[in-house]
Amino acid sequence: MSQSLLTVAPSPHIHTELTIPQVMRGVIIAMVPALLVSVYNFGLGAVYVTGLSILFCAGAEWAICKFLLKREPTITDGSAVITGMLLAFNVPSNLPWYIILIGSLVSVGIGKMSFGGLGNNPFNPALVGRVFLLLSFPVEMTSWPQAVATWSLDGTTGATPLGILKDGLRAGETVPALMQQMPSYTDFFFGFQGGSLGEMSAFALLIGLGYMLYRKIITWHIPVTMIATVFVMTGIFWFIDPTRFASPLFHVLTGGVMLGAIFMATDYVTSPVSHKGMIVFAIGCGVLTVLIRLFGAYPEGVSFAILIMNAFVPLINTYLKPVRYGRKK
Amino acid sequence: MSATVLYTVLSLTGIGLLAAVVLYYVSKKFQVTEDERIARVEAVLPNTNCGGCGQPGCHAFAEAVVKSGDLSALHCPVGGNPVMKQVAEVLGVKAVEKDPYIAVVRCSGSFEYRKKTNVYDGAPSCAIAAQLYSGDTGCAYGCLGMGDCVVACDFEAMYMDEKTGLPVIIEDKCTACNACVKSCPKDILELWPKGKKNQRIYVACLNEEKGSTARKECAVACSGCAKCAEACRYEAITIDHNLATIDPDKCKLCAECIDTCDVRNIVATNFSPEKLQQASEHRQKREERERRKREEEKAQATANNNPEPTV
Amino acid sequence: MKNRAFDKELKTFRLGGVHPQDNKLSASAPLAQLPLPKQVTIPIIQHIGAPAKVVVQRGDTVKVGQVIAQHEGFISSNIHASCSGRIGIIEEVMDSSGFKHLAVNIRVKGDDWLETIDRTDTLVEEISLSRDEIVARVMEAGVVGMGGAGFPSHAKIKVPEGKTIDTLIINGVECEPYLTADHRLMLEKPREIIVGVRILMRALGVSRAIIGIEDNKHDAIELFDEWLREDKQIEVQPLEVQYPQGGEKQLIQAVLDREVPSGRLPADVGVIVHNVGTTFAIYEAVQKNKPLVERVVTVTGKDVKQPSNFWVRIGTPVIELITAAGGLPESTGKVVSGGPMMGKAIADLEVPVAKGTSGILMIAQAETKRAEEYNCVHCGKCIEACPMGLEPYRLLLLSKAGQSEKSKRENVLDCIECGSCSFVCPSNRPILDYIRLSKTKVKKLK
Repeated sequence: MSQSLLTVAPSPHIHTELTIPQVMRGVIIAMVPALLVSVYNFGLGAVYVTGLSILFCAGAEWAICKFLLKREPTITDGSAVITGMLLAFNVPSNLPWYIILIGSLVSVGIGKMSFGGLGNNPFNPALVGRVFLLLSFPVEMTSWPQAVATWSLDGTTGATPLGILKDGLRAGETVPALMQQMPSYTDFFFGFQGGSLGEMSAFALLIGLGYMLYRKIITWHIPVTMIATVFVMTGIFWFIDPTRFASPLFHVLTGGVMLGAIFMATDYVTSPVSHKGMIVFAIGCGVLTVLIRLFGAYPEGVSFAILIMNAFVPLINTYLKPVRYGRKK
Repeated sequence: MSATVLYTVLSLTGIGLLAAVVLYYVSKKFQVTEDERIARVEAVLPNTNCGGCGQPGCHAFAEAVVKSGDLSALHCPVGGNPVMKQVAEVLGVKAVEKDPYIAVVRCSGSFEYRKKTNVYDGAPSCAIAAQLYSGDTGCAYGCLGMGDCVVACDFEAMYMDEKTGLPVIIEDKCTACNACVKSCPKDILELWPKGKKNQRIYVACLNEEKGSTARKECAVACSGCAKCAEACRYEAITIDHNLATIDPDKCKLCAECIDTCDVRNIVATNFSPEKLQQASEHRQKREERERRKREEEKAQATANNNPEPTV
Repeated sequence: MKNRAFDKELKTFRLGGVHPQDNKLSASAPLAQLPLPKQVTIPIIQHIGAPAKVVVQRGDTVKVGQVIAQHEGFISSNIHASCSGRIGIIEEVMDSSGFKHLAVNIRVKGDDWLETIDRTDTLVEEISLSRDEIVARVMEAGVVGMGGAGFPSHAKIKVPEGKTIDTLIINGVECEPYLTADHRLMLEKPREIIVGVRILMRALGVSRAIIGIEDNKHDAIELFDEWLREDKQIEVQPLEVQYPQGGEKQLIQAVLDREVPSGRLPADVGVIVHNVGTTFAIYEAVQKNKPLVERVVTVTGKDVKQPSNFWVRIGTPVIELITAAGGLPESTGKVVSGGPMMGKAIADLEVPVAKGTSGILMIAQAETKRAEEYNCVHCGKCIEACPMGLEPYRLLLLSKAGQSEKSKRENVLDCIECGSCSFVCPSNRPILDYIRLSKTKVKKLK
């Protein structure tokens, strides 16, 4: 027969272009602006940490698939690269290589592959790695290089705005006095502040959000709700006592709220599936973040908040069903 | 210091005692009395929970036999007669012997015999393909080759032969649990009496098309030519919807039908070639005898009808 | 004077929906008559309900429009000879469903129509028949839903006892990508379709009809708007382009914002929906006494030489249509009967065109081959896309685990099999494949 055989399959016969590798590529592209800002701020350190982290995460996934699970390596889907990038975004830019290696192994090995790989992990792998490092290497993980464009690996280190706030309040100072020591809101917005590698600039992160919304990779539900929750809740406290609580704008622009809301809480695997669920999840993340920041021991709470809410996702998915057609009571 | 130790020990002991009393009370109050024979029956069962007996699992089977106290309707195909004998001992009733069964594949349309007419590109499941259309070869009755049966088998008693595209049953491992039979959307798999010396004879085809159409679809399809049925001395083979089917209850495993099939699609397992050869010769001799007898009868009849004129 | 259709707000359904590229390549190809084939094979099951009973024998001579299979019961449909000639073999053949069904073969000779059929193009506007006569005429003519489902139309015209219908919706949505059969029909036979709508209105006893047309068919909206300027009862409703707007339940939600309760019919919320193709067939049946022997079929595909819209006699082998549109492209991987979202891939090009065949689509292998499957990442895109508000990812898992009872509780039977979930799944998971399996199993539970 000259004509090759026809293919038969159940409908639909066409498929959207947006497949897993495309989605992952889109997320990576969306993270580039934030990466550029931190390269500008921290110089080579940012490149070094991000590069190593990606390398270690991808390597860990490859090795685990190849030698432990004995199956086809799955790194081509791009999720390990994202985990690597997100892990790097959550650590200081002067982290030694062996800590990055440990973080990567924990992220990919414990956080993802031990549950069966992409799609099966209950917790955000990058955050699992980050929190592990934070608890294991508290000193290295909280000595933040200052945001000055230095092209050397050993810059001066200092605290993050949230750190200054927490320590200052503990020492009995008031918020307005502490604010004098800090950069302006514009600086926060464009990323001239101390902190983790990727959380510098709200502006750059928002560009990433815009891109992901445009590509329809994520919906607005989680990022907008989470940021709004943080804003509203800190706003209430600020309204009650502006000397003890910082302004909502300060809370939204500093620390990991933007990074968390845009890139960590929106992780497909560890966030709820329905819009209703997403909103509940994001409110939970926001509330927990604020509670930890204002009343907890740590100056920053986004990672913990998201990890705690990750644990509730199966419950949310079971109880918050989408609106069914034709089943109104 | 000593007071702290004392209080600690006292309060923990108190909690311990309280918990013990509560637990004791609860265990007495909510105790479920179960016939202890159920546990004993369960202990002799294979505990594979395959569902081959028709019950949801081994425990349910144990409950069912203890409740009915009669072994004629319930049988564990996995354990077979030895296990059922033990069950009978536990219950103190008479064991009912059942012939062991085994699954057989009633399709021999391998890649070689059954050409593909299209390529299936849906989810790799026979059930889904069968719902979509009649299959990726011309034959609408044949194996779809995606191995739903292999997935269904709990005993690793099946595998897909990559050369033929058909499932193969490993005789020693098959427990006749019926799981593969239920999983096959084309009903290719069938439970068959395991037979004396593991010998079985069956037609490995289910094609009900007319002979010419069937052969176009598959080179070894049963065309319903009925040669095998004619050769059978025990009337074990029937032709229905252009398809020969052997009744295992009537089949005496004489194997005389095997070489009547022009596409050799009557499967005889565990027969030696000599035995098949003998069976074939035996049949030919018998047919020769019958033919001669018929001729004689005919001649006789002709002679009787036209009596020679007597002079 | 009433509002022009363009001044109206675009409407659409509320839940889910996807936006595949519409690829209406044949939108500008006028309706052309396909040359008569040498033989036609007419399946006698082209509708939902009882199969028709064959009333001819091999060797009989038939005229076009003659009944060759008689309906059995009310939910059944007549089958007519679509070509004149001699009856050939009556046997089971492969049809576009992918299975073998009984079909009548006719060796075509000439084009000899029954004398009772009015074959002229004159528009007959005067409706002289009563409600019952209309139902009887439609039943006699073997009209079935031509959007694909194939529900006998006369059964949908007869208002069930105890129910009142207030609105008739005419489905001119054609939301399936590539297909243009309904679009061309609307452009070329608007007045016939309008008379068809009036016939339906009389039969149903309603005074309000809405023709829903998607916004990517501007010309059709404009044309109907023009013809209906003076009409106070029939209006045109432009709709946002979104798949699956042509689904009955989605269209009702889009146009009237009513929801058909689960397991019930549109008639339960006072609505009846008919497709434009069906409406035209009803016009011909009632005004011209012409049974359903031909229909418009779009023949299209990205690599097809001349994407076309043909008038095709029922029973014509698909290969004839493909040849007339410039032959089967080299790149073809799949030939689909219907649209790319809900159509059926066919394995054999000798398969006959049936009453529900709206298009023949040739898709390149590169475009249609299923890509590598990944794990479910719980992105929720299938939930976002599902127009019935189901959770397709969960239904897939339940189906794989064989959990029919749970699937039933998750409302798997509400699924309309539109394919939106499989279409959007970034992990290329065969969601709908497994949901269909689950539906079959759940139906068996009862």
